[in-house]
Amino acid sequence: MSPINAYIIIGVSALFIVGIKLLASPKTARLGNLVAAGGMLIAFLTLHKPTGDYVWSQTWSINYTLIAIGIVIGLIIGAIGAYSVKMTSMPQMVALFNGVGGGAAALVASLEFTRPDNQITTFLAVSMLFATLIGSLSFSGSIIAFLKLEGKFEKPYTFPGQNILNGLVLLVILGLGGWLTFYASEGGTFTAFIVLFLLALFFGVAMVMPIGGADMPVVISLLNSFTGLAVAADGFAINNLAMVVAGTLVGSSGTLLTLLMCKAMNRPVSNVLFGAFGSAGGTGAAGGDLAGKTVKSIQADEAALLLAYAQQVVIVPGYGMAVAQAQHQVQELSEELAERGVEVRFAIHPVAGRMPGHMNVLLAEANVPYDQLCEMEAINPTMDRVDVCLVIGANDVVNPAAREDKGSPIYGMPIIDADHAKTVIVMKRSMATGFAGIENHLFYKDNTRMLFGDAKASLNALVAQVKAS
Amino acid sequence: MDSNIIFIFILAIFVGIEVISKVPSMLHTPLMSGTNAIHGIILFGGILVLADAATLPEQALGFIAVVFGSANVFGGFMVTDRMLQMFKKAKK
Repeated sequence: MSPINAYIIIGVSALFIVGIKLLASPKTARLGNLVAAGGMLIAFLTLHKPTGDYVWSQTWSINYTLIAIGIVIGLIIGAIGAYSVKMTSMPQMVALFNGVGGGAAALVASLEFTRPDNQITTFLAVSMLFATLIGSLSFSGSIIAFLKLEGKFEKPYTFPGQNILNGLVLLVILGLGGWLTFYASEGGTFTAFIVLFLLALFFGVAMVMPIGGADMPVVISLLNSFTGLAVAADGFAINNLAMVVAGTLVGSSGTLLTLLMCKAMNRPVSNVLFGAFGSAGGTGAAGGDLAGKTVKSIQADEAALLLAYAQQVVIVPGYGMAVAQAQHQVQELSEELAERGVEVRFAIHPVAGRMPGHMNVLLAEANVPYDQLCEMEAINPTMDRVDVCLVIGANDVVNPAAREDKGSPIYGMPIIDADHAKTVIVMKRSMATGFAGIENHLFYKDNTRMLFGDAKASLNALVAQVKAS
Repeated sequence: MDSNIIFIFILAIFVGIEVISKVPSMLHTPLMSGTNAIHGIILFGGILVLADAATLPEQALGFIAVVFGSANVFGGFMVTDRMLQMFKKAKK
C-alpha cells in the first residue's frame, strides 16, 4: 500500500469513528450521520484494487457500466425506501437495508472463493467462508425479521425437535466449513460451497422464526452486528482495510448495543434468542388469577375532566400510538394541557414500540420537545405524585405482573410504574393482549379506567373536551 | 498474511465498544440505523469483484452485490438522516 493510501484509510476510519461518536448524542447525531457519510464518499472516490491500482482509472469496460447501473438502481431503491416509509415502519426498513448488506457481503465472499485463479490461503479461506456464512444468515434472518414486524407470523414458531434440527444444521455447516477450508486451494469444492451457502440461508430463517415479534429489535441489532463482522471478513478476504475497520466498528458497537437493549428488558441475550424453545406450555397459566375480575371503562368527556384538572400528568406511549399514527394528536393534547398549567411529561420505556428509541423518534416528529421525554428510571420514583397516567397503546411495558407475578413470562422486566399514579387511563382498542401475549394486571386495578376505541379518535375527542372544560 | 491487519482489527473492536458505551436509549434506533449504513461499505467489495468479473455468472452475482450494497449504503444514511432530522426540528 502506498503511503497516500494509508493516510486516506486512516482519515476514512477516523471519520467513521467520529461519526458513530457524534451519533451517540442527541445534539450532534445528525452531524454524526453526515460525517460517516462523508467518510464513505471519500472511501468511494479513492477506491483501490487489492493490487494497488486505482479503480476509477482503469479502462472502461462492460463491468464498469454494470457497476454504474447497479449503484444507481441501489440508490433509487434506497431513496424510495428511506423517504416513503412511514415513521412507524422504520424498524422494518433498517432490517431490510441490513439484510441486503448481508446478502452483498455473502455474494462478494462467494465470488472470491469460487474464482478459479485465486490462490487461497487458510486465512483467506476462513475469512471468505465466515463472510459467506454470516452474510447469508443475516440476509435471510433480516427478511424474516422484516416480515415479522410487518405482522406476518409474529408468534414464535416452534415444533418438537427444533433445537436438535438447528443444532444438526449448525454442525453440518461447521463441518462443511472446516472441510472447505482444508480443500479450498484444490478446486472441486463448488458443490459443497453451494450447499454451505444454502444451509446458512436456511439457518438464518430457522434462527429467527422461533423468536416473537416483540424481540425483533434485538434480533435486528444482532444481525446488524453480524453483517458488520461479515463485511470485516470480506475486508480481510479482498485486502481492503477500510472495510475491515468499518465492518469491525459496526460489529463490536452493534454487539454492545444488542446487550444494552437486552439489559433494558432485563433479559439475557440467550433468553431472547432461545427463549421460545420449550416454553410453549408455560405461558398459558399466567394471569389465571384475574378470572372474575372486571375492568372499568370511562368515556372521553370524563377522562378529559380528570386530565384538565390534574396537576401532574404522565403520558406513556406505546406501539398502539405508533400504529394509530396518533403522535400529532398526543402532542396537541399535551400542549393543550400545558396551556392550562398542567405539568405534562412523557414516560419512555426503553423498549416501547418496536425498537428502542422508536417512541422518541415518533414524538420528535410531532414536535414534542425532547426535554419532556423522560426515561423510565427517572420517572418511576415520581409516579406516586402523578395525578393521571395516560397509557396510549402501551401494554407489556406497564404490566405490574412484571413486578408481582413470579409465574409471568415477563417477570423481572423493568416496567413503568403506571399503577402508582392516582388514576390510570388506558387507551386501547380492545382487551387484546400485548406482544408478550399475556393478560395485563394493570387493566384490572381499582384506579384504572379503560378508554376503548381508536387512539387517534379518542385523542381528538379528549382534545376537544379539554378545550371545552 | 499481514499481521498489521489483525492489529487494526483488534483495535477497531475496542474503539467500537468505547464510542457507544454511553448512549441514551432514545438514540438506540438512529444509532443502529447509522451503523447499519456504515457496513454498507460492502458496496466497495461488490464494485471490486464486479470490476474483475470474467464470466457471466460472476457478472450477474457481482451486479446483485453492487445493487444490494448500494441500497444498504444510500438507504441507510438517508433513513438515519430522516429520523434525526426530526430530533433537530423538535429542539427549536
